This record gives sequence, C-alpha cells and structure tokens, in this order.
Amino acid sequence: MTLQGWILILAFVGILLALAKPMGLWLFALYEGRRTPLHTVFGPIESSFYKLAGINPNEEQGWRRYAVHMLIFNAALLLFTYAVLRLQGVLPLNGLGYAGIGADGAFNTAVSFTTNTNWQWYSGEAAMSNLSQMLALTIQNFLSAATGIALAFALFRGFARREAKGIGNFWADVTRVTLYLLLPISIVYAIYLIASGVPQTFAASVDVTTLEGVKQTLALGPVASQEAIKMLGTNGGGFFNANSAHPFENPTALTNLVQMLSIFSIGVGLTYTFGKAVGNVRQGWAILAAMMIIFLVGVTIVYWQEAAGNPILHNLGIAGGNMEGKEVRFGIAASALFSVVTTAASCGAVNAMHDSFTALGGMIPLLNIQLGEVVIGGVGAGIYGFLLFAILAVFVAGLMVGRTPEYVGKKIESREVKLAVLAIAVLPLIILGGTAIASVLEVGLAGPLNKGPHGFSEILYGFTSAVGNNGSAFAGLTSGTPFYNGMLGVAMWIGRFCVIVPMLAIAGGLAAKKYTPETAGSFPTTGPLWTGLLVGIVLIVGGLTFLPSLALGPIADHVAMINGQTF
Amino acid sequence: MNKDIITSLRPALVMTMLFAILLGLAYPMALTGIGQMLFPAQANGSLIEQDGKVVGSMLIGQGFASDRYFSSRPSAAGDGYNGLASSGSNLGPTSAALVDRVKADSETLAKANPGKPIPVDLVTASGSGLDPDISPEAAYYQVERIARVRGIETAKVRALVEAGIQQPLFGIVGEPRVNVLEINRRLDQIGATKR
Repeated sequence: MTLQGWILILAFVGILLALAKPMGLWLFALYEGRRTPLHTVFGPIESSFYKLAGINPNEEQGWRRYAVHMLIFNAALLLFTYAVLRLQGVLPLNGLGYAGIGADGAFNTAVSFTTNTNWQWYSGEAAMSNLSQMLALTIQNFLSAATGIALAFALFRGFARREAKGIGNFWADVTRVTLYLLLPISIVYAIYLIASGVPQTFAASVDVTTLEGVKQTLALGPVASQEAIKMLGTNGGGFFNANSAHPFENPTALTNLVQMLSIFSIGVGLTYTFGKAVGNVRQGWAILAAMMIIFLVGVTIVYWQEAAGNPILHNLGIAGGNMEGKEVRFGIAASALFSVVTTAASCGAVNAMHDSFTALGGMIPLLNIQLGEVVIGGVGAGIYGFLLFAILAVFVAGLMVGRTPEYVGKKIESREVKLAVLAIAVLPLIILGGTAIASVLEVGLAGPLNKGPHGFSEILYGFTSAVGNNGSAFAGLTSGTPFYNGMLGVAMWIGRFCVIVPMLAIAGGLAAKKYTPETAGSFPTTGPLWTGLLVGIVLIVGGLTFLPSLALGPIADHVAMINGQTF
Repeated sequence: MNKDIITSLRPALVMTMLFAILLGLAYPMALTGIGQMLFPAQANGSLIEQDGKVVGSMLIGQGFASDRYFSSRPSAAGDGYNGLASSGSNLGPTSAALVDRVKADSETLAKANPGKPIPVDLVTASGSGLDPDISPEAAYYQVERIARVRGIETAKVRALVEAGIQQPLFGIVGEPRVNVLEINRRLDQIGATKR
C-alpha cells in the first residue's frame, strides 16, 4: 500500500461526502414534485408524455396500484428489450452483421437489464449491434435506475406521511427522475467522456495496421452515451466485454475517478433526501455513517490484500502486488477501490477482473453483494434495502430494552418486521439454493474456468451477483448456456421484485399510520449507538448467513494460496 | 387488483415507446452529433496516423513480438490484443495455468533481459487485454535489450523512456506509466535518423 493510494481513497470519500447534500437536495425537489430550473427545457416533454399515455401525475396511488403499475411497466420493458435482441439480425445499425440473440440469451439479458443487474453472459463487441446497445440496453439503464429511485421515494413517503392512503404516483416519479436528473447529468457526463477518449460513433469498427504490420480491428460504437448512464444509474453493463477496464470505456485515471464517484453519487444523495423527507437530516447522516464504516473496512482489506500480492508468484521471483487482471493506468489502489464501490453499490461495472484478485481481495466484493448491497447501494435499491435493515435493527433494539420499536415517528409492528424479514430472506435462499444446485449438476459444473475452491467461488459469485442485481462476475464462469441463462435470469427477477413488493407493502402500511412523536422512552435513531447497531445488524444477518459458503470458496482458496497449492 | 392492471396497460405501453424514442434513439444520436462535431478525433477512437496510414489508437495496446520493440503486457484478448475480443485471463490466484504462464513468460524475459528482477506487470495479463501502457519499471527493464538489438546507445533509449513517462494527475490520480505504441514509434524515429 502506498501513501498516494490512501490519499486517493480519502480524496474519493471527501468528494463523495461533499456531494451528499447538493445531490440530496436536488432529489428532494423531485421527491416533492417541485419545479426545477430544468423544467423550462424538459417540462414540455414531461407534459406531452403524460398526455399521450393518459397519465394524471397528481393522482395518488395506494401501494398496490403503485406496485402493479411498476410491475406491468417493467414487464413491458422486458418484452421490448427481448424483441429488439431477437430481431437484431434484421434491424439496422448492425455493422458487424451479428445474428439475432437466441431465446435463452435474450431472456437472460432482457431480465438482466430490466432489473438493473446488467449481468452479461455475452461479450458486447462480439454479440451486440449498435442498435441493440442503444435501443435495447441504454433505455433500460435509464429506466431501471429511475424505477429504483421512484421506489425509494415511495418508501420515504411511507415514513413521512401521516394517515395517508397514497404513496405517490409511479409514473410521475419515474418520468421526473429520468428527465430532470438522469438524462441531463448523462448528457454532460457523456460529453466529458467523449472529450476524454470514449468513442461515440455509429461506425461498428475500424481497421488499423500495427507497427509490426498486423491487422487489428477495433470495435467502436456509441459508447459514451451508454457509459454515462451505465455508471450514474448503477447499472454496470459494459459496452465491451472488459467493461470499465477497456480503454474505450474508461480511458484515463481521471475518468476512472469520475466513474467511481458517479456510481455512488445518487446513492449518497438519497440518504440525505431521506433525512430531509422525514424532517430530520441527522437520520440521513446516521445511515450514511454506518454505510461508510462498512465501506472503508472493505476498501482496506481489498487494498491490503491486492498490494500484498500473490505468494505463489512471489515464489517464482515476481515481486510486488497483484497485477493480474488490472490495468497499469489505474494501478492497485484505484482497482481495489473500484471493486468495493461497484459491489457496495449494485453497479457491477469492473475496472479490473475480480476473478483474478487474491482470494480475500476477491471475497470482499462477493461479501459486499451478500450483505445486500446496502452500503450506499444501487440507486434507490441501496437505501430501501438499508431501511429494511433499519426496521430489523429497531425491532432488535426494542427486544433488548423492552420498548415498542419506533423509527422516524412511526411505530414498527409485527407486519413491518415480517415483511422486512421476508424481503431480506429472499437473498440467501436463492443465492445458496442456486449455488447448491449448480454445484452438483453437470451443466452447472461445466461453467467454472478455474479448478478447486476458486471454481466454487465462481459459481457462488454468479448467483450472488444475479440475486443481488449486481452484475459483476468472477468472469471465468462460462454462463452463456441455457442452464445458467435460465437459472440466473429467474434469480435476477426474484432478487429484484421479491424485495420490492414487500418493501412497497411496508411503505403502504407505514403511510397509513399515525405519527408517534419521539419521547424520552424512544430509542434514539441518530448518533453513534444507533450507527453501531446498524452496522452490527447488517454484518450479523449478512455475514452469518453466508460464512459457510465463503469458507468453502474464498477462505479455502486463501489457505491454498498461502501454502503454495495450485489447482 | 384487476382495476390496477387495466389502468396500467395504456401508460405502460405508451411510456415504453416514448422512452424508447427519447432514450434509445434521440439521446445517443444527439450525443453522436455533439461528439462528432466537438471532439471528432476522440469520438472516432483516438486514431494515430503515420505516413497516411492508420497505425493504431492512442488508447488501445498492440502486441509487439519483435525484440526490437518495447513489449506490451501479456494479453488475454483473443490471441493477444484482439480489438474485437477484450478480456482478462480470469485465472484465479491458485490457478496452475496462471503459474505455468507466468513461469514460461519469466523465463523468456530473463533470457532476453538477463540479470534483473522482472516487473510484475510484464508477466501479468491486464483486465482488458488491450492495456496500452506498461509501468516505467517495465520500460527501463527493456532498455538494454533494445539498445543492444538496435545498435544504439543505452543512454538514448533510457532518455526516451524518461521522456515517455506520464505522471499521475495532481500526483495522486493514476499511476506513472509509459504508452507502449507511442514509445515504439519514437524508437523507430531515432532508428531512422541513425541509419
């Protein structure tokens, strides 16, 4: 580890904390449906969309209607993406002449991008036409992110409103977030990326003749427009196979820093928005503090392990940190930091190959996803996931001190706790169940590239990433088979919507409740005691559930690594 | 519930189409227009022309087989530096295949550049398989070999490396590095003036 590396990490955290309030205030304006300066530009688009679709943006929806409209919209988007991918071969802007995607592959990718996962069984430059990248994938990058933020707004309203029937209007939330937040930032961001070297053209490729006279064909395309929203919306689906390690997606160390910040920017903002919505910004800061503690522990472990390097290579006389799968322009510190950011959020973009990390360095990204990606988390998904843990935490605190649990002015009763546990329990059930099935079937065992415990880690990471809607991979796993496409497709869908529906039910129930003012008898949900309790609950619930599976994978791999055993 | 579904159909279908036009077509097209107008070089892949021929991209690495050139890092992109097949090796820390590859590469390197510790980036594959850079150590490591093979002074090649090192922004963002294609083009230029 170097001083320079630590300064970079601390600078990253500093900039991030500075972003929380301005981003949070902007999101709060959208949460309240207030007019922003951007309404002069995009306002006419908003109102014409409502008119054409027959939407009354002021109609309050109860949680059931909000949930059904969200689900049907996502189903329509899924079908749209599926159709474009299947028909790719006959659609325009297909310079490299790629055929339509097969049924299982198109299903997997359509689910993947609708659920904000962006798991990719294919390599972008070898399977997707430019039209598919734009029309099938970029659109989902916007709308899955907007859906996540809309859902967070709905839950915030549940906490903030008193004796109310509605939790907002889904269409208004999605449209406003897209038009006044995601689209304008993406435009500016994409222009910055183009200036830094990210291609933006409809040409599919260009041929060059190298200095040694070899023909090299470089894949091109409208990369920057997709890259911007890929990061901002915590999507993470790369234009190219190598994702943000590819110099055309992430050309410089500065674009790398900006990409990491953009993954977290909306997530940190939403913690502030939450505090503002419930009338006490300290509630938001308490959550952010708990998140940052877990985050920094993760960064420290990965950076330490990657800088220490692989003892098996040291024995061959190769000194230094682990550079397998890493780019020289980013180095070890920025690669370690990126891996923790992308898995703490549900982004899943990578600037280095997690599969080639040291055993424990690769375990932290895996564990981050298993903890539910609640450390900042995906746009919207992170904060609503974290609030589910907060409900659990006040419940546990209530049991310990014998008080009725309350959180931000709402009584937490058995219905809320049951639904929160349901949402939280989906994750381990599908991850461990899916991994177990794949580990005993021949079609599952055909997937891993690596042998030994690391091969098991590849399968475990695959299911973890799918259910957690992350999308990063231990990419040695060959997952473009009907078995994995089907299994992981279903896993992604369950991982997204079996959390969302109980969460909306909680929101609806909370909105209907009376306000319970804080008294001397209430458990304080600001301050260090509460932050510590939150960290504890997240680590105990996530950590204990997955510890046995980690022992079989990365921990066994680590023991082998320090003993010089190879597979 | 039924009423919720029925009321959702029109907005779901119409909004899908409207957003597809706005986000899937208008947005990337507008940016392509802006990019091609303001930053045409970058928007088309930062290509380098030499004597009227396109010899590569500033951002994309190339394989150099000849020992007259600075070597790039090992690449797992296709057969090496395939611009249509970006990829890392994805070999894990306990992979026998990784160890065998590193062993073979280190032996070849040690033969051509005897008596020096091998920099780690020269025997590890990058994440993209298209890494355009090597570390300054990896460049210095190859100086004597290149001077010998090309028959030019070591100091000259060393000066070339020194001039080719890009430093981190503000001293913290990024790592010091040398663009391999760039330094090899400069190498050809001194070669040309000498002969």
